[in-house]
Amino acid sequence: MSQPPPPQEPKVSRWAIWLPLAIFAAFIGVFAYSLLRPAPREVASTLVGKPLPEFSLPPALPGRPGLDSKLFANGKPHLLNIFASWCVPCRVEAPQLARLKAMGVPIEGISVRDTTEALQGFLEQNGDPFQRIGADDDGQVQLALGSSGVPETYVIDGKGVIRYQHIGEIREDQLPMILEKFAEASQ
Amino acid sequence: MKRLLAALALLLACTVPALAQQEESTAPYAYRQLDNPAQEDAAQALMESLRCLQCQGQSIADSDAPIAGSMRSLVRERIAAGETPEQIRAWLMERYGDYVSYAPRVTTLTWPLFAFPLAFVLLAWLLLRKRFGSNPATGEPQ
Repeated sequence: MSQPPPPQEPKVSRWAIWLPLAIFAAFIGVFAYSLLRPAPREVASTLVGKPLPEFSLPPALPGRPGLDSKLFANGKPHLLNIFASWCVPCRVEAPQLARLKAMGVPIEGISVRDTTEALQGFLEQNGDPFQRIGADDDGQVQLALGSSGVPETYVIDGKGVIRYQHIGEIREDQLPMILEKFAEASQ
Repeated sequence: MKRLLAALALLLACTVPALAQQEESTAPYAYRQLDNPAQEDAAQALMESLRCLQCQGQSIADSDAPIAGSMRSLVRERIAAGETPEQIRAWLMERYGDYVSYAPRVTTLTWPLFAFPLAFVLLAWLLLRKRFGSNPATGEPQ
């Protein structure tokens, strides 16, 4: 009587047994790393290095000029500050903007989703460093600029090209950095 | 402590609604649908696949953040003006990068996301065929 051949053992080398566990552990590692690492919350504009998009905003305050994108290409660099009276960090950066203005840096403003009365109150409380303030009531110019919040400050060179975007308020210790970016845009 | 809590509650009660009111989007189509149902459907589908820039886990269709309202209005106004959803998506991605869109694209950074599942399926198929495939000696299933 002939014996049937013994059932074949699947031939898996010893290290391969641990492969699924190793892959699983690697996944856990990747997930743990991504979960524990503080994720960046800022969405930067991808327009840095590109010309300022065209816009023309009506004046935010009676008797003051509005803001047109054309005036940025006048050969001199500018700061473009996006702010709002309802924005708390904008109050924090007001002293820094006042310092920049005192140093002769031209600052143009865009107030987002604001009202004339609220804006007037804000400027009375916190000072008014702006040459012009455009009213972006429905927030469309903010979107055109690739801005995702307030405050944000763009450094724009004399040709009207965006050279730098600062997200969030300008803190006191960031003033030298902003001045450096402004000086780079002046070259 | 009680007085402090009371003061804090009062402060919250006073400030939060006031802030929320002023921040609300006044853009024309932030909270208003388009009159043309087909256009509104197209706008809605696009809005569900665009990320709110402030509350980043939500789409602009779901979010009540003011900037999401402005983005909804932008989408609806451009759809009404005859732009295609993909043109609007491209316009936003030109400004905010891939991050603003929930629709994944194959790029030099993201290709492994698409390649790995395919590679795993192929590997699984090869392994399973080796194990459960027909016996090459008899031609019958084991």
